[in-house]
Amino acid sequence: MLRRTIPIIILSATGTMLVVAYFSPFTLSWGETVLDWFNILAAVAFVLGAGNLLAVNLEKVSSRKAGWAYAAITLLSFAAMFIFGIFKVGAVPNPSAPDVHLAGAYEGLPSAFGWMYEYVLSPLTATMFAMLAFYVASAAFRAFRAKNVEAILLLGTAFIILLGRTAAATLLTGWIPVDSAFAVLRLDNVTTAVTEHVSTAGMRAITIGIALGVAATSLRLLLGIDRSYLSKG
Amino acid sequence: MPMPHLTRMPSFKAFFAILLCVAPVATIAVAMPPNPENVTAVDKPGDAGATVLLRWTVPADAGATNARVEQRVTRDGASVAEEWTLVEVVAADAGSGDGFAITDLPPDSASSGSSLPIAFRVALIGSDGEISPFVESSPVVARRNWFMTSRLNLLIVLSIVCGAVVLWILLARAGRSVKIRRIAALEAIDEAVGRATEMGRSVLFVPGIQDMNDIQTVAGVTVLGHVAKTAAEYDAVLEVPTSRSLVMTAARETVQAAHFAAGRPETYDAGRINYITDEQFGYVAYVTGKMVREKPAACFYMGAFYAESLLFAENGNSIGAIQIAGTAEPSQLPFFVAACDYTLIGEEFFAASAYLSGERDQLGSIKGQDLGKFLTGAAIIIGSLLATAASLAPSGSFASASAAYQAFFGG
Repeated sequence: MLRRTIPIIILSATGTMLVVAYFSPFTLSWGETVLDWFNILAAVAFVLGAGNLLAVNLEKVSSRKAGWAYAAITLLSFAAMFIFGIFKVGAVPNPSAPDVHLAGAYEGLPSAFGWMYEYVLSPLTATMFAMLAFYVASAAFRAFRAKNVEAILLLGTAFIILLGRTAAATLLTGWIPVDSAFAVLRLDNVTTAVTEHVSTAGMRAITIGIALGVAATSLRLLLGIDRSYLSKG
Repeated sequence: MPMPHLTRMPSFKAFFAILLCVAPVATIAVAMPPNPENVTAVDKPGDAGATVLLRWTVPADAGATNARVEQRVTRDGASVAEEWTLVEVVAADAGSGDGFAITDLPPDSASSGSSLPIAFRVALIGSDGEISPFVESSPVVARRNWFMTSRLNLLIVLSIVCGAVVLWILLARAGRSVKIRRIAALEAIDEAVGRATEMGRSVLFVPGIQDMNDIQTVAGVTVLGHVAKTAAEYDAVLEVPTSRSLVMTAARETVQAAHFAAGRPETYDAGRINYITDEQFGYVAYVTGKMVREKPAACFYMGAFYAESLLFAENGNSIGAIQIAGTAEPSQLPFFVAACDYTLIGEEFFAASAYLSGERDQLGSIKGQDLGKFLTGAAIIIGSLLATAASLAPSGSFASASAAYQAFFGG
């Protein structure tokens, strides 16, 4: 009972406070205080998360499960970054206290933490992100198969937009004078019309629906009608 | 005959002497603008205490092009700051009407709860750069108010929408019939989990990459409750990798509750709900790697997604998993629609929890949401008609009505 009632009371009180703080500048600091509470909670939960990460990977290594070597690399990386960050290995001395090693900034080059971030993590992240281009191509290939009327419309629109965004637009329709009555048929103009009018109208309709959904969901949570996120215990 | 030198001529000497006496006076009279008049500073009502409205009038035929506005903090009538600081050089007539809004106030006067008065002074600047003497306003305190009047329109709209939701919740409680259209993506949850059970593979649930303070994550976790309950009933394995520690904690609570609700608390395994990393692409690497290695039969993506949406969905597609996605990020919806079997688009995603619960109260809230949508549609149509009428008759009453309508909705 208490495990469900108290969280609902806390949620309703803080949620209402944040709504009031949005409309009343006098209570703005209340909203900031509530966000500070969240940050404290998130910081405590981060300890739980780090503990969970260590436990899962240690268990994988100790029981020699499939892919245990990856778990070992994860643990090594975790330990290395933790030590580099906490002990500020290779940190640039702070000008106001050059003799105090721990006064320096742990991030940024040439600190070990900054070096790992710049030359290990960033390239790995960029590699993952770069793969997106190939996934876009494969998804587009599947999505644009003309199997029904809607798919044909989608394919046609995508074809026009693709042409309009490349040099092909100028090559194919660049000869139409900009100030003529047929200028609307230039591919760059058609592309702009589709993205600015048709696409924007659709996006706005979705955005309005989302805003109303957010309002209704928030209200269900504040009123304690939706309790599906709570434990039954 | 030699020409006499001009300066030796008596008449020219007299003229030159008169000119020397008159010239400075004439120069001042022509170049220096007159003082600004009626310089007053007032606190802007209904704001966060960060704006002062400064008004002044420019005398007729002043010939001033700009005005220099300066400020300094005062206390008990005495100046706190040594120097006047420049606020801005503005058009000479900027102080007319509502006045010139000054938002760049001294930090110690605009801070929370400050009651330090600020004095302002204004001087007019002529076209040749000559500046008039400054005229000082009486000091003013920029106070925070209880209500921000610029957000009154939003409060009214919010009250109408929330009122509609509450009204329908009450009507549903009173026994009013609430019919909600079928949402295919939510109907497919049982099918997806059942398929995973039959194939002897796991179910993967990704609750987005944002923390619990994002409403999309909350909506995703509520859907997780239903998926976990179905998985518990079917005895399917549910894996929930999370990118935030707090989401892991909330997901564990939710999944445990679902196992209790399914009458199978002994099958709950907290070890299947793990924190991976806050790093966006580190999380992507883990989840996509897990997909490729373990080949889950059903993948759910419910929450806030960004660039990783297509990476997840395409990997899921490549392993032949049945995929159901839901997000309120408009930019990611096309990717999910292209690569997933079912997608909850925007409002459907937020309605999912209520839809799946089947409770009258919650279903009533969806009807209220629909009423809000109807009112929004009506407001858009009215605005479009007014704007069209205003463009046809720019000086008529429709034009002023259209302007007022746009001003109300912040246009």
